[in-house]
Amino acid sequence: MFRRLHKDSETLTITIDDVAMTLPAGSTVAAALLASGNMVCRKTPVSGADRAPYCLMGVCFDCLVEINGEPNQQACMVVVRPGMAVKRMPRPAPVAP
Amino acid sequence: MSEPIDLAIIGAGPAGMAAAALAAGHGLDVVVYDENQAPGGQIYRGFEAVAADRAADLDFLGDSYRAGLAIAHAFRASRARYQPSTSVWLIQKDRTIGISHAGRARMVEARRILIATGAMERPVPIPGWTLPGVMTVGAAQTALKAAGLVPRGPVVLGGKGPLLYQLAAQYLGAGVTIAAILETGARPLAALPHLVQAWWRTDYLEKGLALLRQIKNAGVTIIKNVSGLRAIGDGKLDAVEYRCGGTVQRIAAPLLLLHEGVIANVQLTMAIPAAHRWDEAQRCWHPVVDEYGDTDLEGIAVAGDGAGIGGAEAAASMGRLAALAAVHALGKISDGEFREIGYDLQRERRRYLAGRPFLDALYPPPAVAAALADDTLVCRCEEVSAGEIRRAVALGCTGPNQTKSFTRAGMGPCQGRMCGLTVAEVIADRLDRPMAEVGYYRIRPPIKPLTVGELAGLE
Amino acid sequence: MIERDILVLGGGLVGAAIGYGLQKRGLRIAVLDEGDVAHRASRGNFGLVWVQSKGDGFPPYADWARHAADVWPDFCTELEQRVGFKIGYQKRGGFSLCFSEKDFAARANLIKRMHNQQGPKGYDCEMMERARVEKMMPAIGPDVVGASFCPHDGHVNPLLLLRALHTALGVDYFNEHRASAIRARRGGFEVDAGAAVFAAGRVVLAAGLGNLPLARMLGAELPIRPQRGQILVTERLPAFLDFPMSGVRQTVEGTVMLGSSREEVGYDNSIKTDVLKTITRNAVRAFPLLARARILRAWGALRVLAPDEHPIYQTLGDHAHAIVATCHSGVSLAGAHSETFAGYLAQGGLPAHFAPFHSRRFDVQAAA
Repeated sequence: MFRRLHKDSETLTITIDDVAMTLPAGSTVAAALLASGNMVCRKTPVSGADRAPYCLMGVCFDCLVEINGEPNQQACMVVVRPGMAVKRMPRPAPVAP
Repeated sequence: MSEPIDLAIIGAGPAGMAAAALAAGHGLDVVVYDENQAPGGQIYRGFEAVAADRAADLDFLGDSYRAGLAIAHAFRASRARYQPSTSVWLIQKDRTIGISHAGRARMVEARRILIATGAMERPVPIPGWTLPGVMTVGAAQTALKAAGLVPRGPVVLGGKGPLLYQLAAQYLGAGVTIAAILETGARPLAALPHLVQAWWRTDYLEKGLALLRQIKNAGVTIIKNVSGLRAIGDGKLDAVEYRCGGTVQRIAAPLLLLHEGVIANVQLTMAIPAAHRWDEAQRCWHPVVDEYGDTDLEGIAVAGDGAGIGGAEAAASMGRLAALAAVHALGKISDGEFREIGYDLQRERRRYLAGRPFLDALYPPPAVAAALADDTLVCRCEEVSAGEIRRAVALGCTGPNQTKSFTRAGMGPCQGRMCGLTVAEVIADRLDRPMAEVGYYRIRPPIKPLTVGELAGLE
Repeated sequence: MIERDILVLGGGLVGAAIGYGLQKRGLRIAVLDEGDVAHRASRGNFGLVWVQSKGDGFPPYADWARHAADVWPDFCTELEQRVGFKIGYQKRGGFSLCFSEKDFAARANLIKRMHNQQGPKGYDCEMMERARVEKMMPAIGPDVVGASFCPHDGHVNPLLLLRALHTALGVDYFNEHRASAIRARRGGFEVDAGAAVFAAGRVVLAAGLGNLPLARMLGAELPIRPQRGQILVTERLPAFLDFPMSGVRQTVEGTVMLGSSREEVGYDNSIKTDVLKTITRNAVRAFPLLARARILRAWGALRVLAPDEHPIYQTLGDHAHAIVATCHSGVSLAGAHSETFAGYLAQGGLPAHFAPFHSRRFDVQAAA
């Protein structure tokens, strides 16, 4: 969906859903998703619809992902670190009525 | 809790950075809390990285971005302590502040607090706006500034306002294909009376006209007076539909960027709560502040777009004014110095604000409520539609707090940031009441993500 | 002038439930409510439908709470059918966790006392050792030594309950009609509310803390006070908890509510971080997985308490047709208010066995 304007000097590698991805140091996790070819970050708890980053400034809370086992992190507010494991989040198991 | 800080500043955009530099220069102990990992706020986002690694990008990022560098460098050179990646989740009237950094929460105290949390884009719902492939213009610009990312395929821009044209020009500079700009009702005639005042800001006008010329010369399709914007797709955006001149058109596109201007981000001031007033011209809530940014709460001030949209330069001026008031209140300058420096800063700020009424009139906030289809989602988090809000109104709800408890609109992770204005507009439209009377959500802390574990281990 | 048989002053859970019950019985009613911003314990509460600790030392309330829990399922089914949506009610029983042997012994003592008090009526609450508790709630933390369990306990989404009651009331619900004056007149009362004047043979004061000024309009003083409780709610979590307890419950939406403090601070409904810290510490001790959950909101709400914390039901001084219903437990008692209390009113008035709920019980205590 998005491409990079530059070849960056300093890069690092993370995984998104266990797929390795190399990107510039200083990128946010949301930027990594945008550049990954699949912007989707999670399914909503209410309808199970796909969501992707929307505002990239920390106000919409749409870009929630699991980072290193911690669920519901704002991808646009977290800077990538080497070896970071990012996972798209499934719809949470609903409470039985 | 340790010794109180003289001046705690929340946010490191133009207002926060300028305030910090001035206050620290007058000997105050200043701490700047910034949820971002580097200073700059939204407008000067990533300026240090860009200047260091991608200086060539400055060509298309434009002069106003370059202008921010001076403010930013002064801030970095000052003695103000900068705390990046640190969110403020609570401010109480006694000026205790709840902060969170690296998974640990603690409370700090400040003699003065300056809230400089800036603006956010006005959330304007359209059908399909939750589809992957629909983002805001501001988001796209952030991706460009912070990460050098541009869209691969053709992109459609929908809405209006200076930021939209700025991004279009930046994209053209970076070689991005713009399929169309769908402009939703700019009103040049309504703006004309404000032109005289705006004349003091000829740089503004020239800049704007130059942008538009650049976009037109590049051959970009600009369609004016568009309505009925709709994002279409199954699981992701495939096409953008719009109405123009009585006919419905469709453009295939993988990416739609929306923008309807910016509004003050009042989440923090609402949560304390400070007093707010409804601003009819900008159609949003603003904290009630005096000319130094002081709110109705002792020792708590707001500067920058968070106190009312005025742009980056006015924000920096107001940041300095608020810092000056703090410096004066804490006895670092005399009454005479306060008046003298304050006078100059006020004049500077008025000059910067001169173009604002023109822009407000040229790009009026859209009156969305009446035209909103019943099945359009207004609350993205809890997926609540306009129709559900209307049904709650039919039940007797007269304000957004009642509709919140009945529909869950505003109860999700964004805490109402994305739906608050729309929900109130829908209620106001249904009951034919002014927005000031309908009111806003009662915003509850923590206003930034905080885990149960962090709070349990609060220091 | 809008004329009705009975006016219910207060559109929170107590007033709306009574109004709904009266309406079902064919009475012409109006429920008068305040606007968007009000104290509204109904919007700030925890959502338990609770029996196990209610009425210690006051059998009439223990009976009433149990009766309320017994009628809740049918009340709920009928209400949901009427309005066409679910309100998140579950009745699988509820816990109160113990974190030390001392805790456990104290709780066991209370449960035994309640058993003795309620005798053959069947109190049904029991103490459980840790192993049994863990079987029912695998997510409990290592510090939990045991719990009391009561099969009659349950929980509900109080906001949806309120919405359902307002939906059922329909045109008889008047928002933004705060009662500003009550005048006794021959054969009943006149009430100024908003721009309108209502008249009725009887009035029910069911306005929570708002009952204080309302009662004064009729020359009476009620012994009730606000007590702050702070509550937090998390983001939606995957289902992990099948039972509610005092302090933690997972709602049908998946969010988890944590609470609740008891603070005597008058009408101050602000939050205090030291109290929230205590609440969250206890929550993490109960369910360690909660440590990672993000908090979405924290708020303070005001309970409506009599000196002994039990409800007050009575007529008001000389006004035999002004009925007071004031309690802290608008959720727990919603079914009883609608199905039973409203029935009493429809049949003429409070029954003799409700005499113990009169606030004159405090005069007796003071004299003794």
